[in-house]
Amino acid sequence: MSILIDKNTRVMTQGITGKTGAFHTRLCREYANGKECFVAGVNPSKAGENFEGIPIYGTVREAKEQTGATVSVIYVPPPFAAGAIDEAVDADLDLVICITEGVPVRDMIATRHRMRGKKTLLVGPNCPGVITPDEIKIGIMPGHIHKKGRIGVVSRSGTLTYEAVGQLMDLGLGQSTCVGIGGDPVNGLKHIDVMRLFNDDPQTDAVIMVGEIGGDDEENCARWVKAHMKKPVVGFIAGVTAPPGKRMGHAGAIISGGKGTANEKLAVMEECGIKTTRNPSEMAALLKSVL
Amino acid sequence: MNVHEYQGKEILRRFGVATPRGFPCFSVAEADAAARELGGKVWVVKAQIHAGGRGKGGGVKVAKSLQEVHDFASKILGMTLITHQTGPEGRLVKRLLVEEGADIRKELYVGMVVDRGTQRVTLMASSEGGMEIEEVAAHQPEKIHKVAIDPDSGLTDSQGAEVARKIGVPDASVPQACKLMQGLYRAFVECDASLAEINPLIITGKGEVLALDAKLNFDSNALFRHSDIVAMRDLDEEDPAEVEASKFDLSYISLGGNIGCLVNGAGLAMATMDTIKLFGAEPANFLDVGGGATTQKVTEAFKLMLKNPAVKGILVNIFGGIMRCDTIAEGVIAAAKEVKLSVPLVVRMRGTNEELGKKALQESGLPIISADTMADAAKKIVAAVNEKPVQPS
Repeated sequence: MSILIDKNTRVMTQGITGKTGAFHTRLCREYANGKECFVAGVNPSKAGENFEGIPIYGTVREAKEQTGATVSVIYVPPPFAAGAIDEAVDADLDLVICITEGVPVRDMIATRHRMRGKKTLLVGPNCPGVITPDEIKIGIMPGHIHKKGRIGVVSRSGTLTYEAVGQLMDLGLGQSTCVGIGGDPVNGLKHIDVMRLFNDDPQTDAVIMVGEIGGDDEENCARWVKAHMKKPVVGFIAGVTAPPGKRMGHAGAIISGGKGTANEKLAVMEECGIKTTRNPSEMAALLKSVL
Repeated sequence: MNVHEYQGKEILRRFGVATPRGFPCFSVAEADAAARELGGKVWVVKAQIHAGGRGKGGGVKVAKSLQEVHDFASKILGMTLITHQTGPEGRLVKRLLVEEGADIRKELYVGMVVDRGTQRVTLMASSEGGMEIEEVAAHQPEKIHKVAIDPDSGLTDSQGAEVARKIGVPDASVPQACKLMQGLYRAFVECDASLAEINPLIITGKGEVLALDAKLNFDSNALFRHSDIVAMRDLDEEDPAEVEASKFDLSYISLGGNIGCLVNGAGLAMATMDTIKLFGAEPANFLDVGGGATTQKVTEAFKLMLKNPAVKGILVNIFGGIMRCDTIAEGVIAAAKEVKLSVPLVVRMRGTNEELGKKALQESGLPIISADTMADAAKKIVAAVNEKPVQPS
């Protein structure tokens, strides 16, 4: 097992004919079981055509009905990304992974509002995607730096996730699943949601959580970990040196109860039994120390 | 993106938010003409810069005669205004807003932000107008009232009225205050704002509800649908280095230290800055070259960092994923040659084709110091800048 996706997952690409969508669909198909996993593309103006053998459908619903795909990955440009998520949610997919960076916040507020009560889970936007090593990768992360194992990784950042994975590999530790939840203020799964899944996953022994300044997602996750988590968790928060910020950061932090700085997050995580480091080069070493 | 107060008020008026009458002025003569056009006996001359605390810094003056308008305008235009938000170097005042004076009976606060937790636009209101909301939150949090606004219904009449009463709007003025907050919400949503603040919102002697100030920030990801707002951008108010960076699709923020850093990815860039600090130095900038770290982008990034005279060394930290390390190494070598690099350079590369990249750097003949981990890189650059080895602080 793993979380969210595995070798039996069937995926459609929304935006398969665009430059980014085409490039990364190709790489995902070449990774592990990708040939069997990536079964459809969606583009209303190219229905009936195919992308290097992958059939293209006019709508998400049609792609789902024709191929059995239950997961979608989105590379469409920012002005249309929220609409693409809406379409996938309306088609009752299980999971939507939105890679697109630069989606307007207003669009995401509307989309998240529409998603209430629907079964579809969303990862992103503005994220690297999800990988279950040696089975399937959905997104833009370099597949070859990963290997199958028992450590879960959840992060708001792309390259910092790769950094954590690289360090794990140096210590010979593989990963169960790595989830990049993305850096946007209004998004889908949060640290806490992914942590719940890792807690229930028999293939995951421990988790690295990588956070960033802003909001209070890491604090919420830490409190949940204290109350429910049966596995060790270690963490790093990027942005101790980030400038105190523009006014928006402050005003946003007020709403969430005066939280948001790296130091506050680290303090809450420590209080909740999550070992943290201030040295991002030591994330994996710290994890190894708690196994 | 930010706009000036007068531009913010112009936008808010389109949504039915009442403000005092006024005109933007770029010269003393225009200020004189504006005051005459407005008429009345009291005017306010306000410096227009993208920073708060203008009043305390001497950038807002109440004039009781046309001569005083003239004198204040002469004094404020061209002054370097220093407030707690401008930093010690201050900001040159190039624009004024001349407004009719208002009869202030009560000062209140109304603001809107996007709350990550509820994933909704949230109204914040307080009876403590004129004070910074951060101050109020720190010392009198019970005085801040919040409403997470349902995207389907918007801010309802009953929600608006309830908040208005809680912050001390007199009964007779509640409907007006409610209308103003609803206008503010519509402006926020329709213009893709990320922050809107009216501080103070005033009640006049006659019971009118007016926005005496306006601060609006906009979601830069949504500017493609607001050419009218983009036209309001004032490049004089932005850091020239950040403006230059945006031309090359680089994300750059100037900071106070002396170690320039060039990284791919925002999280890794922040982590790199944190590591520099951990080893006792300060980063000179945040710089994310993004996914496609091409030779041209890396060269422009080097030029940008080196324009800052404080920079005494550069740390490059790249995690090569799809982008291969050898390609990035070539970019770094070309950039270092083109800018005739004269400060120490530490490069840490990890990921795809790491060995090829390191080899290319070694064989380039350039005095590039290679590092294996982020910590190693930070240690080496701090040592090179200080010319002595360092221990973590």
